[in-house]
Amino acid sequence: MPAPAAVAADGTPPPVPPPPVPGPDTAKGRPPGHGWRGRLHRWDRRAAPYAFVAPFFLCFAAFGLYPLIHTGWLSLHRVELGGPAEWRGLRNYTGLWDSHYFWNALANTFTLGVLSTVPQLLLALGLAHLLNYRMRGRGFLRVAVLAPYATSVAAATLVFAQLFNSDYGLINTVLGRAGFAPVDWESSKWPAQIAISAIVTWRWTGYNALIYLAAMQAVPQDLYEAAALDGASRLRQFLSVTIPSIRPTILFTIVVSTIGATQLFGEPMLFGGSLGISGGSGNQFQTLSLLMYEKGWVTGALGQASAIAWVMLLVLLLLGALRVLVARVRRRRDRP
Amino acid sequence: MHTTTAHPRRTALAALAATAALVAVTGCGSGGKSADAAGDDGRITLRIGTFGSFGYDNETGAGLYAEYERLHPNIKIVESNVADGQKYWDTLKLRLSRDSGLADIQAVEVGYIAEATAPALAGKWADLGTTGGADLGAFLDWKVKQATTADGKVIGLGTDVGPIAVCYNKDLFAEAGLPTDRAQVGALWAGSWDAFLDTARAYRAKAPEGTAFHDSASGLFNAVLSGEPVQYADSKGELDYRNSPGVKKAWEIATAAATGGLTAKLRQFDEKGTWNAGFKNNRFATVACPSWMTGIIKDQAGAGNRGRWDIAPAPVPGNWGGSFLAVPRSGPHVEEAAELAAWLTAPAQHAKVFAVNGNIPSTRETLSSPAVQNARLPFFGDTPVGRIYSETAAGIKAVPISRWDGQVKTFLTDNGILDIEQRGTDPAQAWTNVGKLVDDKIQK
Repeated sequence: MPAPAAVAADGTPPPVPPPPVPGPDTAKGRPPGHGWRGRLHRWDRRAAPYAFVAPFFLCFAAFGLYPLIHTGWLSLHRVELGGPAEWRGLRNYTGLWDSHYFWNALANTFTLGVLSTVPQLLLALGLAHLLNYRMRGRGFLRVAVLAPYATSVAAATLVFAQLFNSDYGLINTVLGRAGFAPVDWESSKWPAQIAISAIVTWRWTGYNALIYLAAMQAVPQDLYEAAALDGASRLRQFLSVTIPSIRPTILFTIVVSTIGATQLFGEPMLFGGSLGISGGSGNQFQTLSLLMYEKGWVTGALGQASAIAWVMLLVLLLLGALRVLVARVRRRRDRP
Repeated sequence: MHTTTAHPRRTALAALAATAALVAVTGCGSGGKSADAAGDDGRITLRIGTFGSFGYDNETGAGLYAEYERLHPNIKIVESNVADGQKYWDTLKLRLSRDSGLADIQAVEVGYIAEATAPALAGKWADLGTTGGADLGAFLDWKVKQATTADGKVIGLGTDVGPIAVCYNKDLFAEAGLPTDRAQVGALWAGSWDAFLDTARAYRAKAPEGTAFHDSASGLFNAVLSGEPVQYADSKGELDYRNSPGVKKAWEIATAAATGGLTAKLRQFDEKGTWNAGFKNNRFATVACPSWMTGIIKDQAGAGNRGRWDIAPAPVPGNWGGSFLAVPRSGPHVEEAAELAAWLTAPAQHAKVFAVNGNIPSTRETLSSPAVQNARLPFFGDTPVGRIYSETAAGIKAVPISRWDGQVKTFLTDNGILDIEQRGTDPAQAWTNVGKLVDDKIQK
């Protein structure tokens, strides 16, 4: 309702047009600009939009904003679970700066993020391209691709943990048949990170592929026809028509996957079994989320855990700012 | 769509929507205490939260709830059980901090009792020395002392204790040329864990293919430490594991086993079940065996291995584990809950639980009773399980404990010893790593 809102916004009394069809309430023909009914009407026009968006914002305030602010407050205190709070200023943050475990977790979060996001998005792009062709059983294939996304993290991770089991897992058995030495998928750093990334990739590739597919279907067909007339191969068409056309979507999936990677928690925790929270015996796959959980719920240092939560937010904001910067530089370069 | 008709109705609708939203928001915000007072039939429901196996229930346990309900027709008892003790405690701590979602009686494991009696949580519990009428004199002295706060409140009543022995696989011992009779086996390492390591080396020399002498160096660490007079804390109950002769000795024995190829390099209680599978596949010949371990061996080794395992005294007696029942003060029926806790932990009930579940009781009179002394477990053949464990239990002395014991133990075993075992970390480096972890993560 743009018109009434604009009227209400500049505060002028609303020029009320006569009702096109008199309803039962205005049957007497009195224009609703006067008296209590008019005031009610004005109030309605101003307040109704707010009332309708209120549920979301109230819920957001209760479950989004309040926890955020409270976490910020906690991060400036020394708080033990169940105990009183004691002012610490920024020492929780400077403590993180000096902590080997924080940097280790940050590095792990980064490497796990790269290891899982890059193959995931590339695979999704290729998969979407294939699904975009006319072929038999297309609908079934599209649903099948989404199936991993519908699986719970716990179920998927437990199955993968069995597959990657160093002693009797299927993957080491196959590697053994092929003549390779068994790999320590849990206790060695890079194999463990690759295994965890495989779980993330498996779960999210189909989801991203469907998003790409939706974007690809919005690409005008005549662009492809024109390209084909110019003698462009399928690959050339994909690289020169599809990719540039769906660039905003690719950017969107990169942003969403980056956020997901920063908060990676369930997969490493369940993959590590009893050692999951510490990310293996040598913290070889402890992410920031796991470190935060360990601080908050295992050792009971809520203040430090809150500081990590805020640092995670800052990391995301930093990445966001970086992205905007890159986009701006690029735009300037494109428009000399 | 812009209609100016019927706006009072719309206003009413908008107001309704706003109110509904407000109610919804405030409604989901308050997860209030639902004090379930006496029900329709006038009966009080008492809830009891436990982990692992306490052996009270009516199905597989001693049927103590049914018995108490018969004696007290106005009481109804509901138990909620969690398998994993660490997860149970993490949740309980959270609930205590909010005084919400608590059962009327909560079990607490000895590894966390110092945390429960520490200032942050001490005020959350009822004093069972003054409420419920428990006879504190019946318990082993150190068991009462562990559950006493700085200001003299007793917050937990002892259920069981965990005297240790060594469980061994007779078939594997025979194959490796070691004796299998429990007296002879006990004599191999009597009095010293170094002798235990010597036996381990003798086993390694003739070990059956694919087996190791001991299951886990961390288990060995816990077993050695359990018999030491100084563990993680100093005499004032402050964490001081760095200067503890007990920790030093346990670390040396455990790292010697880890680097010497004497263990199967497994992590005990691993959620992925690799350790459990080790029992079934006979991957190791010995397990440090607190009394509660016998049930685990029975379940994991399975009926096919019945009669294969036997129990010999540990080189040095010690205590590993055991629990308490505590009553949160904020509950609606503190008095009734305290009475139930006192009844469940009285000597008569300890004896009944032992008969069914094998939990070694923490009351003196029950320990020396013929029921315990003559007890055997079918899985272990004619082994005098009750006598072996009660003799060890009688020799256990109180050890100062600190609020951080459980956490430091996890760092030492999972991040220290397991790292040596599985990733080949140098023991000196592993010790430094543990120190860094403790400094970084424990906020004193």
